[in-house]
Amino acid sequence: MNVFLLFPDRDFDPKAPLPPQSEALIQDLELETVFQAMARSDKFLYQTIRQVLLSSLTDPAEIRYRQDILRDCLAHPETVRRLYAIPLEALYRKQKHWMGIFSRTPGGILSSAVQMLEMFVELLRRLEQIAREEGDAFQSAGWRRFFEMIRRELDEAYFLEVEKHLRQLRFREGVLVSARLGRGNEGIDYFLCKPRPSQGHWAKKIFSRKAPVYSFTLHPRDDHGARALGDLRDRGLNLVANAAAQSADHIDNFLNVLRQELAFYIGALHLAESLGALEMPFCFPNVLSAHTRKHTFDGLYDVALALATQHRVVGNELEADERDLVFITGANQGGKSTLLRSIGQAQLMAQCGLFVPAGSFSANAVQGVFTHYRREEDASMKSGKFDEELGRMSAIVNHLRPDALVLFNESFAATNEREGAEIARQVIDALLECGIKVFFVTHQYELARGYYERHNPRHLFLRAERRPDGSRTFKLFPAAPLPTSFGVDVYQKIFRDSLA
Amino acid sequence: MSFTSILFDHEPPPPENISPPACFADLNLDQLVDWVTARKEEYRLKPFFYVPPATLDTLCYRQDVLRDLLDETWLTQVKTFAGQMAQARRYLTMVEKLDFELHRQGWLLQAALTYCQAIRDLDEALCAANLRSRGFQELREYVHAYTQSPAFQSLCSQAHAVERALADVRYVIQIQAGRFSVRRYEGESDYSVEVERTFEKFRQGAVKDYRATGYEAAGMNHIQAKILEFVARLFPEPFAALEQFCQQHARFAEQTLLRFDREVQFYIAYLDYLKTLEHKHLPFCFPEVSESREIFARETFDLALAGSLALSSTPVVCNDFELHGTERVLVVTGPNQGGKTTFARTVGQIHYLARLGLLVPGREARLFLFDQIFTHFEREEDLRNLSGKLQDDLSRIHAILEQATSRSLLILNEIFSSTTLADALFLSREIMTRVLNLDAPGVWVTFLDELASFSEKTVSMVSTVAPENPAERTFRILRKPADGLAYALSLAEKHRLTYEHIRARIQEGAA
Repeated sequence: MNVFLLFPDRDFDPKAPLPPQSEALIQDLELETVFQAMARSDKFLYQTIRQVLLSSLTDPAEIRYRQDILRDCLAHPETVRRLYAIPLEALYRKQKHWMGIFSRTPGGILSSAVQMLEMFVELLRRLEQIAREEGDAFQSAGWRRFFEMIRRELDEAYFLEVEKHLRQLRFREGVLVSARLGRGNEGIDYFLCKPRPSQGHWAKKIFSRKAPVYSFTLHPRDDHGARALGDLRDRGLNLVANAAAQSADHIDNFLNVLRQELAFYIGALHLAESLGALEMPFCFPNVLSAHTRKHTFDGLYDVALALATQHRVVGNELEADERDLVFITGANQGGKSTLLRSIGQAQLMAQCGLFVPAGSFSANAVQGVFTHYRREEDASMKSGKFDEELGRMSAIVNHLRPDALVLFNESFAATNEREGAEIARQVIDALLECGIKVFFVTHQYELARGYYERHNPRHLFLRAERRPDGSRTFKLFPAAPLPTSFGVDVYQKIFRDSLA
Repeated sequence: MSFTSILFDHEPPPPENISPPACFADLNLDQLVDWVTARKEEYRLKPFFYVPPATLDTLCYRQDVLRDLLDETWLTQVKTFAGQMAQARRYLTMVEKLDFELHRQGWLLQAALTYCQAIRDLDEALCAANLRSRGFQELREYVHAYTQSPAFQSLCSQAHAVERALADVRYVIQIQAGRFSVRRYEGESDYSVEVERTFEKFRQGAVKDYRATGYEAAGMNHIQAKILEFVARLFPEPFAALEQFCQQHARFAEQTLLRFDREVQFYIAYLDYLKTLEHKHLPFCFPEVSESREIFARETFDLALAGSLALSSTPVVCNDFELHGTERVLVVTGPNQGGKTTFARTVGQIHYLARLGLLVPGREARLFLFDQIFTHFEREEDLRNLSGKLQDDLSRIHAILEQATSRSLLILNEIFSSTTLADALFLSREIMTRVLNLDAPGVWVTFLDELASFSEKTVSMVSTVAPENPAERTFRILRKPADGLAYALSLAEKHRLTYEHIRARIQEGAA
């Protein structure tokens, strides 16, 4: 039995290594705010959501599989929450009753396992009931498969069979163990014989036949002998105890996987609620194959900014289909970084099956999102700032594959402009050559102009809008790079404000 | 000639309690032999390393045996034999310590079965292997004759008959508090299979294995002995056959084969040790050994040092040496920490190992059939006063020159380093004259450059400082015309971030 609510054909692996550069992504794209909004202080939700959000899917079909499941969740939030409560209940009971298999002897292992199995059976009955009563309302392939599986596998006959085993495994009348002689005439291959289905005292019945039987009664004070006999009983129970304990573990795992996979959708419900409360729109993105070049959206906003400020924020539009390189230049504080951040956020959200913070959004999937932002601080003091920047770039290159997306923000500016432009040009050209999509925010005119003069139709140049009076709209539009970033404006604004 | 020993042919073996030759510590051979014989204590191999064979014939006999063992298949088969014999020995040791007769009989049977299998497998392997050495060829005939003997044949057939009869015994135990009953097994099925089947549908991936272990080889307590006694009563015939077997075959192992089992470990231990150095890709060869003083070795190295570097990435440095015509003494001079002492040890080691009939470190070698190796290495921690030390040095050298013959090998390392330069020079010249008169080959490590050109009989060798590893960054400051982009581009170069680098790196990663 597989949950399969995150992937159509496999379980989610919570221990899978996060993609390289995840820490940089979290920092540069302000993902922490998004995680918090989805997790709402629940540690487990936080861990899972973080893992799912950073582990991008690339197959558009897999992305649609999750999107469809999420649509069902948004339509039936209460049922999803009741399902999520089942694994939570298992966890709660295990903690409350100190349940678990801690013993080392087969006898002890067996009785703990039986106790756990009894508890699980009750919860599985609850799961079956939800599947029976609510399952038909769900439309997506993922949910339909899940509910059908529950109804098929956990029918009444099955529960009766399980309960019969659990009764028998309590062994009220001693155990019957089979063995053979191994090397040195030592007993081997011990196993517990299956109880006969007859009524009454089964052991007596077997031994009452004519076959020769030799019996031995221990001296009441033979403690050593009693222990030895107990060991022998344990040895007989070894396999069946293992079978029962592993079964308990398997059910426990099943419930854990259910909890893990539902956690993502619970987080998505939280986020939808929060954005709904801010009256900010969201939509399911159209994600295309990684081999295409598509990037078109309208009303895309910085979700972290909206969540952090609890205010409505300005959205941007873009039409960058069939483009490999997008240069974003223009006024300081004109919304360049915000746009870049929202592009990175939306890409990750889209590729984990979530909705995106936009009115509409289409993009090709990418083989990994990477950010290279200029960092203010250099903690190590070992290397110069430019050296540090190049070190980070080199670490990114180690993991780059064709069809990746790299977001640069004011990179390679920690040296003089000519040198910086030369390095950036070599880096960008090599990335483009390797089929990597590049967004580059810069105020370095030298660099942007060099590309603009190539007049390559696969390059796009955006500029932050600046009204003639110097005020900003925080909107960006396609335009040639200009030789100044209007730092003067910012300077004047700050100085005027401080003078005023 | 019939087979007696894989190590000594027909020479007598060394006494068991012999101590190592005097040169062992100086040449780090003690360390090497410790490593080689580690985890092989039960074979007591050290005496074999302490005494070289008396004749060149036996030395060649060993080289031939070792050549055969370089065949991986054959080596594996010999090791398999050794493993089986060790197993049989362990069972026999155990039998002596057991409390219950039926238990004891069971393990004696097991020991005999293991022994029979070991011998039969060895016979089969010997017949199939392409063996060129006289040692193994004679062993093949010996073992084959033994396996055909009536004694061995009846041992095998009886052991197997008893084993089969006991394997058919199956029984069940009804266990209740304080009592148990035993009867024959009547087809009862395993309940765990059914439990597993019921919960099968939840299975995803691996879970913990809860089976308790440690039941095997836990011996037998009086409850288990009681059960075994009941089982013997339920199945009288196989147990009667077992008892009879044990009476007939209490001692079953053959002496010459036991000796072979021990002695062949000399070769195996050495080969196993060389195997641990395989990843270093060091050369080894069979040296030509003779009484000629025209000796040489190519790409040889200190095998003990190689062992201590086995786990590090530090490469082992190889060296050559050669003596031509009238040349007798290699005089090694040069900077400290340049590997001079290691070189001196290397020459000593390669000769000693060759003398034992072993593979030696090196691509190719012709070596001297010495009668003894004499070494004089300075002891670092010497608390006595200098004059005392000089006196000690001189008397040790005197003793060496008294005992040494023209067939000895001399290794002298930094003697007289604790006296004045003039004294050292004077004493060294005196000693050198005596050494050269002896006509024995040798190595002399010294700080006195004058000794290097002492006569046409000395060969000068100098330790050099290794050139910079070109893979390492040199941090050199080079003067060249500024091109404006030099600083940044050299940084980019350093991080492998130029256009060419990035393209190559990404394509490599994608491939």
